[in-house]
Amino acid sequence: MSDIAERVKKIVIEHLGVDADKVTENASFIDDLGADSLDTVELVMAFEEEFGCEIPDDAAETILTVGDATKFLEKNAAQA
Amino acid sequence: MFDLTGRTALVTGATGGIGGAIAKALHAQGAAVALSGTRREALEALAAELGERAHVLPADLKDGAAVDALPGQAEAALGGLDVVVHNAGITRDNLFLRMKDDEWADVIAVNLTAGFRLYRAAVKGMMKRRRGRLIGITSVVGVTGNPGQGNYAASKAGLIGMTKSLAAEVASRGITVNCIAPGFIESPMTDALNDKQKEASLAHIPLGRFGQGAEIAAAAVYLASDEASYVTGHTLQVNGGIAMI
Repeated sequence: MSDIAERVKKIVIEHLGVDADKVTENASFIDDLGADSLDTVELVMAFEEEFGCEIPDDAAETILTVGDATKFLEKNAAQA
Repeated sequence: MFDLTGRTALVTGATGGIGGAIAKALHAQGAAVALSGTRREALEALAAELGERAHVLPADLKDGAAVDALPGQAEAALGGLDVVVHNAGITRDNLFLRMKDDEWADVIAVNLTAGFRLYRAAVKGMMKRRRGRLIGITSVVGVTGNPGQGNYAASKAGLIGMTKSLAAEVASRGITVNCIAPGFIESPMTDALNDKQKEASLAHIPLGRFGQGAEIAAAAVYLASDEASYVTGHTLQVNGGIAMI
C-alpha cells in the first residue's frame, strides 16, 4: 500500500470512527462506512489539509470511495 | 452566565447603531472582536474605545471576494473564530412599481448574499473546531413585509430561511445558526424616517417606544453564549411587541 493510501486510510478511520479492516479500497464513504454528506465534505477538507492541495468541487463530487481519494491524491498531492 | 472570555467574534456593519452595540456587548462579556465595516476611521475609533481585544477589518460587502476573505482575516487576527454576527445591512426603499434593478440587487447583495458568503467561509473552521455561533440580524419586516421595502423584506426573509437550512446542516457539528429580528431601533437607519412616520410607527408598538441598540446586543450576547447551546434555527424577535410572531 502506498504512503498516500496509508494516510488516506488513517484520515478516514479517524474521521468516521470506523474499524480499519472496513476501510478497503472499494469501500464507499456513504454506503459502506456510514458517512453522511457533510462527512464527505469534511473528509475532503481533511485531505486538502493533509496533502496541501485544493480539491475542486467537481473533483470532490467524484470521490466516492477510499480508492477514489487515493487515486486523486496520488495525481494531485503537493506534499506526497 | 453569558461569559465570552476567550471567545472570538466577527461583527459586520460594526460602525452602525446596532452593529456597534453588538460589538461592544460581546467585548464587554470578554470576547475578542474583529470589527468590519466600510468606514475605516469609524472602525478605528470604535476599536480605540474598546481598547484591547479589538481588531479592525474594513470590507465592502458588495465585493464578493472581500466577503469570502473576511472570516479568514478574522481568524488570523483573533486566533480563531467562534462567533460571526452578520449585521451589515442597507435599505434602498422604493415603491415596488418604481424599484430599480440596482436598488433590488444592492440590497440583496449586502443583506443576503454577503451573509451566505460569510457563513460559507466561516463555517469550515467551525466544523473543524466542532463549535460555532452564526448570528444574522434580520428584521421584523422580513416576516411582516412593509410597503416600500420589497427588496429589504425579501433579503431579511431570505436570511431567516437560509439560517434554518444551515442550522439543520451543521447542528451535528456543535454549530448553532440563529437570527435576531429587531423592530424599530434607534439607529442611523431609523433616524432617516420623518416625524410623521415615527409617530405612526410608535402607535403600533405596545411597549410605546423605539428599541435601543443595546437591547439587540443583549440578544446577540445570549445567542453567542454557551447558555444558548440548545437554540438553533431560531429567529428571536426583539421588537417591543410590534409583531407577536
